[in-house]
Amino acid sequence: MIKVRTPIPEVEIRKLKLGDEVSISGTVFTGRDAVHKYLHEGGQLPAGVNLKDGILYHCGPVVVKDEQGNWKCVAAGPTTSIREEPYQWQVIRDFGLRGVIGKGGMGEKTLEACKQHGCVYFHGIGGAAQVLAQCIKKVSNVYMMEQFGAPEAIWEFEVENFPVIVTIDAHGNSLHKEVFAASQAELAKYV
Amino acid sequence: MQSLQDSLLELIRRTSAEIPDDVHNAIVESLEREKKGTIAETAMKIIDQNIALAKQKSQPICQDTGSIIFYVDCPIGFDQLAFQDAAREAVKLATKKGFLRQNSVDSLSGKNDGTNLGPGSPTIHFHQNRSPEISVRLVLKGGGCENVGAQYSLPNEKLKANRDLDGCRKVILDAVLQAQGKGCGPGILGVCIGGDRATGYEHSKEQFLRKLDDRNDNAELDKLEQDIIDTSNKLGIGPMGFGGKTTLLGAKIGVLNRLPASFFVSVSYMCWAYRRHGVTLGPEGEIQKWLY
Repeated sequence: MIKVRTPIPEVEIRKLKLGDEVSISGTVFTGRDAVHKYLHEGGQLPAGVNLKDGILYHCGPVVVKDEQGNWKCVAAGPTTSIREEPYQWQVIRDFGLRGVIGKGGMGEKTLEACKQHGCVYFHGIGGAAQVLAQCIKKVSNVYMMEQFGAPEAIWEFEVENFPVIVTIDAHGNSLHKEVFAASQAELAKYV
Repeated sequence: MQSLQDSLLELIRRTSAEIPDDVHNAIVESLEREKKGTIAETAMKIIDQNIALAKQKSQPICQDTGSIIFYVDCPIGFDQLAFQDAAREAVKLATKKGFLRQNSVDSLSGKNDGTNLGPGSPTIHFHQNRSPEISVRLVLKGGGCENVGAQYSLPNEKLKANRDLDGCRKVILDAVLQAQGKGCGPGILGVCIGGDRATGYEHSKEQFLRKLDDRNDNAELDKLEQDIIDTSNKLGIGPMGFGGKTTLLGAKIGVLNRLPASFFVSVSYMCWAYRRHGVTLGPEGEIQKWLY
């Protein structure tokens, strides 16, 4: 298990390889469909959201307020990343991301942006909302809640030992491409 | 009908937080099958921990608490409108309590009013029976797996799929290949051969009411189900698409008549977080027994 903490220097990200099991600690911002489209169309990040050398998490959490009025995250697994494929390269380029957490993998444009700008794709375990919510130690803030609604808002989380697998590295390799090609070749034997 | 509303709230809570035993057993078996020290094994271990934790904390297994689909078997004279009102109230309350995410968005305005109520949410299918029993089954189906569902129209030249059972097999396996890990595998397929575009998908989803360890009454379909599972698990897609031994936990195939001009094969994909429970209700709407 490799440990990383935000902010993450580029050199550290470039060392990661496909299949590495990584444990993330530090600040993570969520952003999914509405946020990506908004940024792609020239929208500005709200004050307080700093993605430089940071991590963006494709996630629409279940967050409730406790008796004291504090936010508490009760479920927070990754959402399918491929929907952000048209926009992700630009967000990586413009905001200096070092990591994107999601599930299901991403395509060529993201792969190329990861290689060019020094970023990796961290695959979370889809559906494991409780195990992953336990790693969220604090909900520090929420942005654009009014505009996008709770699942689509930008949530700022402090995480501790958040488990992920590197499936796109910063050198142009993708586990998703490899598994697709191998499974396609295998299927050809049976049909 | 306070009692009915309470029963439905409990059905929603349990469906969101607790995986049915038949699915959990299949997940434990697949964890044991994966090679030790692989990322496939890591994925299955986290999945298994997650199942235990969700149950213990009575919180959603997955944050995408999905489309809310009720299947109600009811006797003649059952008040469907009263049931609908109780179900809507139960959904609203379950959302407030965090058993369901604020998950329903106005498709035109993009607004999410946070109640999970709106056109199509929740969806309720009523089936009238001569039996006096009332049973309610609930499926919560997440968007990630819904997005990898596929509907094929046969013949399909690219896949060399003709209008026969072998053609059906080819397109079903193509759906598995295309889905990879994107629908949170290991997955379960619900398939309908025949029907029109709407009834085909609907019937494919109804397959998820079957238990994973049951067998199809139709010998031909049973053989196809087993073949789809065995072949898919040879492809090496594995949990989350990481590579590995378990790509599918199950495949359930139903059939509807078709028009001479149409031959649809509709494939719905269910993620490992297969949330399905059911209850029978007494005369006051109280829960009598759990079905899964």
